[in-house]
Amino acid sequence: MSPRRKVIRKVSNPPMIKGFKPYGMEAGKQKLETINLLYEEYEALRLIDYNLLNHYQASVMMGVSRPTFTRIYAAALQKIAKAFVEGRQISIEGGKVYFDSDWYHCKKCGCYFNNPEKEKPVNNCPLCGSQQVYKFDLENTYEDVADKACSDMCICPNCGFEQEHKYGQPCSKQICPHCKSFMKRKGSPNCRNFKNQ
Amino acid sequence: MKVAITATGNTLESTIDQRFGRCAYFVVYDTESKAMEFIPNPNKDTEEGAGPASVQLIASRNIIKIVSGEFGMKIKPLLDSLKIQMIVLKEPEKKIKDIIEMLNH
Repeated sequence: MSPRRKVIRKVSNPPMIKGFKPYGMEAGKQKLETINLLYEEYEALRLIDYNLLNHYQASVMMGVSRPTFTRIYAAALQKIAKAFVEGRQISIEGGKVYFDSDWYHCKKCGCYFNNPEKEKPVNNCPLCGSQQVYKFDLENTYEDVADKACSDMCICPNCGFEQEHKYGQPCSKQICPHCKSFMKRKGSPNCRNFKNQ
Repeated sequence: MKVAITATGNTLESTIDQRFGRCAYFVVYDTESKAMEFIPNPNKDTEEGAGPASVQLIASRNIIKIVSGEFGMKIKPLLDSLKIQMIVLKEPEKKIKDIIEMLNH
C-alpha cells in the first residue's frame, strides 16, 4: 500500500541563503554528509522562532494541520541540533512546497494579481480599480463556474425589466421601477422565465 | 508609480505579450506623470535565463507592478522578494492603450 499523500506546504518566500557551513579545526578534516533541511522545515522555524507565532497560527499559514506542523517543526529542530553537535553542513533545499504570496482575482477585468506586501489588505484591483476582488484559490474557481450560469443582470419576474446587478446588493432587495415588485437574478433557478409566461 | 507592461510591438496599438521574459518590448508607464517609455527587451532571443535578466531590467527602473500574460517558475520567487506586484491578464487581444486606460481608473 502506498503511503498517505503529503499535503503541499505553503512557503511564503525562499530563504536568502542555500545553507550553512561549519568552520574551525575539525570542520575540514571530516567528510561528513550534509544535513538537508527542507524548505518547509526552514519555514516552520522562521514562523515559530523568528516571527514568534504559535503552532496553530503557523500551521494555518503553511496550509497544513496543527499536528503536521508540529511534526515538521520537531524535524527541523532535530536536524539543526544534529548539524550543530556533529559539525555538519546544512543545506536548505527540497521538500514538498510551493512559494506563494496570496493571489487575488478581479471579476471586472478578469485579471489575477498577487499581493507582495502581505501586511496591507487588498481592496482594489490594481489594474481597473474595481472592488470586486476575491482571494483566488481552487475553491473559488468552482464558484466562478457556478456564477457564469447567472448573468450580471437583475430581472423583474413580473414585467421582465432588466437592470445591471450592483455588486453587494441582493437582487431580491431591489424593487422594479415599473411594477414595484422585487427583482430576481437573471438566469437563476428561482427566476421565472419571462418569455414563457 | 511605475508600471511595466509587456508588449508585442512599440506602438500603443500593439497587444500585450503573453510572455514576460521573452516579450518584444516593455512599456514603462508612470501613472503620475503619464510618461511612457518603450524599452526593447534585450533578452528576447536568449536561450536561458531570460526571465531573471528581465527582472533585473525591471528592478533597476523602480517599477512596482508588472502586467503580463504569464510569469515563469523562476520569476515568481524573485519578484516576491523584490516586492514587485505581478498582474496576470490572460487576454492576448488587449491593446496597450486599453491597459493604460484601465490603469488610469
